[in-house]
Amino acid sequence: MTNGHEHLGHGIDLAPGDEYVEGGIAQRVIGYLTGLGLAILLTATSFFVAGTRLVWEPSIPVALVVLAIAQMGVHLVFFLHITTGPDNTNNVLALAFGVLIVVLLMGGSLWIMINLDQNLMPPMNQIMQMQR
Amino acid sequence: MLGKLNWSSIPFNQPLPMIASAVVALAILAILGWVVVKGHLPYLWREWITSVDHKRIGVMYILLAMVMLLRGFSDAIMMRMQQSVAFHGGGFLPPEHYDQIFSAHGTIMIFFVAMPFMIGLMNLVVPLQLGVRDVAFPTLNSVGFWLTATGALLVNISLVIGEFARNGWLPYPPLSELAYSPGVGVDYYLWSLEISGVGTLVAGINLVTTVLKIRTKGMNYLRMPMFCWTTLATNLLIVAAFPILTATLAMLLLDRYFGFHFFTNEAGGNMMMFVNLIWAWGHPEVYILVLPAFGIFSEVVSTFSGKPLFGYRSMVLATMAICIISFMVWLHHFFTMGAGPDVNAIFGIASMIIAVPTGVKIYNWLFTMYGARIRFATPMLWSIGFMVTFIIGGLTGVLVAVPPADFVLHNSLFLVAHFHNVIIGGVLFGAFAGYTYWFPKAFGFKLHEGLGHAAFWCWLVGFYVAFMPLYALGLLGMTRRLQHYDIPEWRPWLIVAAAGAVLILSGIVLQIAQLAVSIRRREQLRDETGDPWDGRSLEWATASPPPAFNFAVLPVVFGEDAYWRLKKLAADRSWSDQEPEYRAIEIPRNSPTGFVCAFFATMMGFALIWHIWWLVVAGAIGAFATFVVFAWRDEDEETIPAEEVARIDRINRAQRRTMLSGGTAG
Amino acid sequence: MSTVSFTEASVLGGLEAHAPGRDWSGPAPKRIVTGYGFWIFILSDIIMFSAFFASYVVLLGHTAGGPSGRDLFDLRSVAMETAFLLASSFTCGLASIAADARNTTWFHIAMAVTFVFGLGFLSLEAREFTSLVARGAGPTRSAFLSAFFTLVGCHGLHVSAGSLWLLTMMAQVFAKGFRADILRRILCFTLFWHALDIIWIAVFTIVYLLGSAV
Repeated sequence: MTNGHEHLGHGIDLAPGDEYVEGGIAQRVIGYLTGLGLAILLTATSFFVAGTRLVWEPSIPVALVVLAIAQMGVHLVFFLHITTGPDNTNNVLALAFGVLIVVLLMGGSLWIMINLDQNLMPPMNQIMQMQR
Repeated sequence: MLGKLNWSSIPFNQPLPMIASAVVALAILAILGWVVVKGHLPYLWREWITSVDHKRIGVMYILLAMVMLLRGFSDAIMMRMQQSVAFHGGGFLPPEHYDQIFSAHGTIMIFFVAMPFMIGLMNLVVPLQLGVRDVAFPTLNSVGFWLTATGALLVNISLVIGEFARNGWLPYPPLSELAYSPGVGVDYYLWSLEISGVGTLVAGINLVTTVLKIRTKGMNYLRMPMFCWTTLATNLLIVAAFPILTATLAMLLLDRYFGFHFFTNEAGGNMMMFVNLIWAWGHPEVYILVLPAFGIFSEVVSTFSGKPLFGYRSMVLATMAICIISFMVWLHHFFTMGAGPDVNAIFGIASMIIAVPTGVKIYNWLFTMYGARIRFATPMLWSIGFMVTFIIGGLTGVLVAVPPADFVLHNSLFLVAHFHNVIIGGVLFGAFAGYTYWFPKAFGFKLHEGLGHAAFWCWLVGFYVAFMPLYALGLLGMTRRLQHYDIPEWRPWLIVAAAGAVLILSGIVLQIAQLAVSIRRREQLRDETGDPWDGRSLEWATASPPPAFNFAVLPVVFGEDAYWRLKKLAADRSWSDQEPEYRAIEIPRNSPTGFVCAFFATMMGFALIWHIWWLVVAGAIGAFATFVVFAWRDEDEETIPAEEVARIDRINRAQRRTMLSGGTAG
Repeated sequence: MSTVSFTEASVLGGLEAHAPGRDWSGPAPKRIVTGYGFWIFILSDIIMFSAFFASYVVLLGHTAGGPSGRDLFDLRSVAMETAFLLASSFTCGLASIAADARNTTWFHIAMAVTFVFGLGFLSLEAREFTSLVARGAGPTRSAFLSAFFTLVGCHGLHVSAGSLWLLTMMAQVFAKGFRADILRRILCFTLFWHALDIIWIAVFTIVYLLGSAV
């Protein structure tokens, strides 16, 4: 049974998670296998980078974040079938909105809280006293 | 067995809550008795309680809001009375009681008056304006309403069993932690909001999906009525912001129930984190409240000016700009917490920038009115009152958005005056405009105009008399939430403010009278055609009230102000010689899922508050069982046969033919 | 909404012919509506998680003199959990292919394997939590641990709820076959399950890897 556009779609629209693939089942399984393979690769790299001394240490957090974003991308494309096609516009826009809010919330909160911590840290002699 | 609950939980020694609860209990029993004796219970159950029709659910939301307005306002008038007499101590409300009153006042007004009112109006109107039969998820809609009602119920139960929170409408730690609020008050607040928060989120998902996916043919985005655009923006904000509230209140609950240390004084808790997160929700929340009002005003102003809305595209842009920017300003609620000048400056500037799109909207409304023959019906009065009042409130908002100014004015009565200025002038006036504007659509008869005018003037004058003194008091140094004071300069202003509250009370009384009189005189006020105001959008193309299926045949849209174009064309052809081809219509079945779900939610909420653990488990099992039962049903739609659709529609078509051939609209 | 008829242009008469194909063609089919609504819910859930993430990052150093991540995290266990969840995402994808092909056998097999992987994840996590509590590093020890248990625990709760849902979907397909509404629910379930794996990526990166590395 095909996943034709007319069957699932609205002409130019597709439900999130649905995919439009002409090849049939084998094609779709290969898609998932590819995603699985890429994800395994990226995940293994993440674990490796976290524990290794081969990478310049200060760059580890950046590398891990980049790898995480890549893994999320693999999931979105290969498992959730979020593409940039016109039939996915609504889905992508919604995702972009969500990502924006997450970035604002986490980034904003971090910035604010760090500033608060810095401004409200007790003076050094008090800290020495507290640590006694 | 009953956790912390025992006889001493009922405040027998406090006359005020006892009398209030007795009065309310009697009223509820009387109404229930009347319903049962007159045999209305089956009708109520079938047509309202288990209804999944967006129109019915919308009406119930608004009814909830109006009832809770009375409770919230009683709190307000008690506070004004207390402050006008509590010079050098005294007053009739001891501090522990006064603190609960101002906490309940804010909580109820925001969560159980303003939110339900707006969500109710959006539910009632948006599917009609989009030319479709219902929202995306009708049964979920019912669940959302009943969970909101659960929240309201729990807050009201706290009046008679136990106590309410005493920390204001936002439970800042460490005061709200177990160590400093060991009673059940904060728990009532937290569980009530967690439960109704789920309801709100559900409404948000529903309306976003409806506006984006369920519109009639030809209804492109830029042909939607403005109210639908503001609905989209509002519900995007709901979907984005309410999860933050859920998470933050959950963290506080974990602190209180399991001894976690998110916000405690000891073990590394960071109470400033609470303030940060709660306002990351709190600021979008106030835009959630006001954006629907802006949409209502766009509808009302264009209708009663008899002109299309000026600058439609700039309105859309402004609305979406407000939606996004509202997530970038939240720190202005805690400038004084100490983040430093650069952080404060950025958020201060952003807070001023967000005033610009609002200004665009005001200019567009004014330009819509310019050159028009304005009809000063009650909804239009509310709109004009809004424009003046909201501008003042917005200006004072920009004033406190300046961090150095806010350092002086934060938590003073100036701030209190500002936010009441924008919430009453913006949100509440919008709610009343929407209520008087769409009442005929919901019920088939208009509200009495004379009493509507009188109520408006009492509210308008009363608002200014009640709140302008608070600006002065803020500048004179008076802090908010004072149970007593000893500075003589403040007293005269507080007495004037109390007089203003009494004026508002007369406005409310007049509104109640308006409703009663309108019901009694409904035949004279009947809306025959479904278009009492000579409207411009598709809701006025249906009968009043619309049939269950809204439109016999979904209309096709070719431009903005879809109904206005239909009317112009139909006028030439005497409301169409040609009947559409009637087909059978499937509508979603009623379901008790929402009501039953809320029943178990109430059970769980109450049990969690009082630590009755076995009852929590029972409620959870019941709620889960409800979902499974709902998921297992085989029939989720029922069919209205084509002949029935035809019969209902022909009545309205005949009435409209009469209107166009000789009668007048409105 | 079933197919609807529209008032023909003849009723309105004399109107300019609108450009076909560019205008909105009417209410979307149920599958798209349901899927999109659930997608919005998932985004709201992700925002809720980001509030917990924000708290976690802020409270990272607030160990109150107690143990920190580096003292507590067992990365091998985390690696196994990650493998389980990733595998379950894959088999969940196979289940959705089977559902589209209306193949009951493969659907049930794929779902059952997904469930087993999910259970594996949950048991490893439960073991980690109990061992932490037993070592005096429970959530009441410090703000850092409160945030850790809440964030990771919330994800675990979602996986548990998802597992319950999984079983319910298997029961529904068994009892009623691949009815249209059940297919829509399967779509929602797969969205949910994949989203949980996406959140886990953030969790193991930010909490475990970054917590142990630096």
